[in-house]
Formats: sequence, structure tokens, C-alpha cells
Amino acid sequence: MSQRKTIDARGAFCPGPLMELIAALKLVEIGDEVEVLSSDKGTVNDVPEWVAKVGHEMAETVAHDGYWSVVVRKAK
Amino acid sequence: MSKKILIVGGGMAGTIIANGLCRQLGKQLRSGAISMTMLGTSDTHMYQPGLLYIPFGKMREVELFRNQRKVLDRRVPYYIDPATNIDVEAKAVTTESGKTYNYDYLVIATGSRLMLDQVPGMKEGAHWFYDLDGARKMRSALAEFEGGKIVVNVNVPHKCPVAPLEITFMLYDHLSERGLMDKTEITYTYPIGRLHALEPVAEWAKPAMDEQGIKYQTFFNTKEVDPVGKTITSEEGDTLDYDLLVTIPPHNGAQVIIDSGLGAGGWVPTDRHKLLREGSTDVFVCGDTTNIPISKAGSTAHFEADTIIDNLTSLLTEGLWARNYDGKVYCFVETGMKTGTYVWFNYTTPPNPGPPSQMMHWFKLAYNRLYWLSARGLL
Repeated sequence: MSQRKTIDARGAFCPGPLMELIAALKLVEIGDEVEVLSSDKGTVNDVPEWVAKVGHEMAETVAHDGYWSVVVRKAK
Repeated sequence: MSKKILIVGGGMAGTIIANGLCRQLGKQLRSGAISMTMLGTSDTHMYQPGLLYIPFGKMREVELFRNQRKVLDRRVPYYIDPATNIDVEAKAVTTESGKTYNYDYLVIATGSRLMLDQVPGMKEGAHWFYDLDGARKMRSALAEFEGGKIVVNVNVPHKCPVAPLEITFMLYDHLSERGLMDKTEITYTYPIGRLHALEPVAEWAKPAMDEQGIKYQTFFNTKEVDPVGKTITSEEGDTLDYDLLVTIPPHNGAQVIIDSGLGAGGWVPTDRHKLLREGSTDVFVCGDTTNIPISKAGSTAHFEADTIIDNLTSLLTEGLWARNYDGKVYCFVETGMKTGTYVWFNYTTPPNPGPPSQMMHWFKLAYNRLYWLSARGLL
């Protein structure tokens, strides 16, 4: 059964939400999801751009009050 | 009854905490009300940022090391007996020699390690400077280099996030001084869509690389290295040729963290303000070991250590919490062989690096020596 891991990268300037996501994806199984919480609106564009290049899958993007939740499913 | 503090890890974070606590708790240590013990893996203490200079012959190997027993306050017994299991429920740490150490307060500072084996062909095909053996070999390879394609390749996660840029600009200056840049092409690869995790640093680095003719490839997460064909390929599908490959390897936390079930990848889930292990009130975590989404860097460990010293002292002497960690990170950045800058930020203040100057380069060189005062808890 697939699992979801959440990384709270709000307020994280370095290494930042996308680098945290890439690192986290290395530690989960194919089919698992990683959710990144980010206060940087750029994450909403950065993550799908990388996901499309590398071949994972976008699960969902949700806007909250002052931050965004971006969920990626590991596909390979 | 004596309160026992156990520090697992004899690197920068653990050593600063131990020495700082000795300065705060001298009276209690003398009376026996508090005792402190450190478990480490080596009789030497390494100044890791100095490794950056080894490939260029700009620091001597001997300058990177001190005897750990001499860096550590004499009131702290130090055992070279690596922890093999940390049981936070039983409050007990077991070691390679089979001994068990109990504690009232535990500090986990087991650091991070290079995971070259995570990328097929990397160990055989690449050079690196993140450990002494790698830095020595890179120095030899650089001495023999007479021109060609250099790839500086950055992997995730890694410590010292400015080091990849530093080595790139230092390589440019070094090869320019040797008259080799007219027949050398340097390509810098980075995992995300810009040249550094910190946006202002990336914005500074791009024109600097453009001016020097350094190429770059973003969205490059290494899939494999072919040491025979001398190519490096990314998960995103790009392949680069190289004559000299300099990699910043992926890192993991310590094996004992994984074996003890304390965190995937060896990173311990840690409260970003209190620096306590999530779910614990008596286990502090410091430095690279935490899973906090901030830079894994010496300065991070140092500022975290200062916070832990204050809180442990306050808890042990007053039963009160002292202060939270504000996420402060400060990094010197070498921008070549003769100039440098710095960047600092915390959880609420974004970074804003200043223009490179010779003075900041000299500051960094000075700190390479002043470090030993930091480790002793004096600076």
C-alpha cells in the first residue's frame, strides 16, 4: 500500500522545497507520495517543471492560507 | 543523584556542545551533580571546510587535524567506541565494544556521510574533495590535468551548500593561473532549475559564470557515471562527456540512526525550534543529523550547538527552557582564489549576499584557523 510522507519546508531558504523533495523521493518506494509544504509560491511552478522532466507524477497542488501543498508520486 | 549527559558524536557539533557545557556547568561538574560523556569514532578532529583547499595545495593536510582529546575539555571522558544502537525509550546507547551507556539527556550529533555507491560508476569515475582521500586524489588528478572537459556535478542531499560554487570558481582561477583555461571547458550541473538553492546566490552566480565562460546544466540529478566512456547521465535524460569529473556526492546520515529506527536516511525528525527529537523531551539533535529543512553546514551546527548549550544548562540548573533556535546559518563563500563573500539567513530573514571582496576572502582564511577556538567553545 502506498504511503505519503510530508516535508514541512515552509520558511526554508536553503536547500529549499524542491531540493528537499528530491532528497525525500530517494528514500521512498515507487508509488509512494511526497508532500512538500512551501511558503514560496515559486514551488507551485518549480516542482511540476522538474517532475515533467524527470518522469515522476504530480498528484495534487493545494493552496492554503500563506503556503502551498504540492504532492508528487514517485514513478521510477 | 548525578545527572548524566551523553553526547554521541565527536565532530564539530558534539564538541562545541561539550566544551560549551563545561564552561556553563563547571560547578556542577566539580561537585559531581552533573557528569558528561562523549562517544566518538576517531582520535582526530577534522576541520572539514579545509578540504576545499587541499586539491589546490592551498592548505596542508596537517592543518585540518587536531587530537580530539586536546580539543575536548579534559572534564569530558571521551571514548572511541562508536554507537551501534540508540534506544530512546530505555534511555540507553550501546556501542561497538558491547558497553551500554545510560543518560538523563542525550545529544545526537552523528553527522552525515558520503554515499558514492548510490550512483553507479561514481566511485570509479569521479573525483571529490569531501573527504581526505578524495581530496588527495583530486589534487593529483588536477596536477596532471592539461586541459579538456571538467564537469562539476552536484547531488542531493549534500552538506556545505556553497562548496560546489566555491570549487567551480576556484577551479577557474587555478586553471587560468596555469594558462589552461583556453583549452578547458568547465560545466557545472545542479539538481534544480537554477544554479544554487538560494535564489539570490543563484542570481549572483549566473552572470559570474557567464562572464568566465563556465557552462551550466540545471535540472541534472545524476543517474549514472560511465567511468570507461567518461560520461555522466542524469535522471532527466542528459549526458555530458568529461575528462575530469568533480562530484559533490549524495549524503546520508549515520548508519546507527537507521539501525536504531530513528530516521529514514539517517536523518532524525527534529523540532526546528527546540532541536529536540520529535516525541522526546530529553534527546537533542544537532548539526547534519537533523531532518530540519535548512543547510547542512558547519555554521548551522555551531548556531544550533549554542542554542542547545543554553537550553541544557537552563534545564539542568533552573528547570526552565532558555530559547529557541532561529534557523541562523552563516556561510563564507569563496568566489575565486582571491575574493570571497558571505551569506546569512534564518527562518524569517532571506539571504542577501554582498559583492565579492578580497577582505571577505581573508576573513575566510582567518576563520580556517580561528575554527579551533570555536570548537573549544571560546568563539
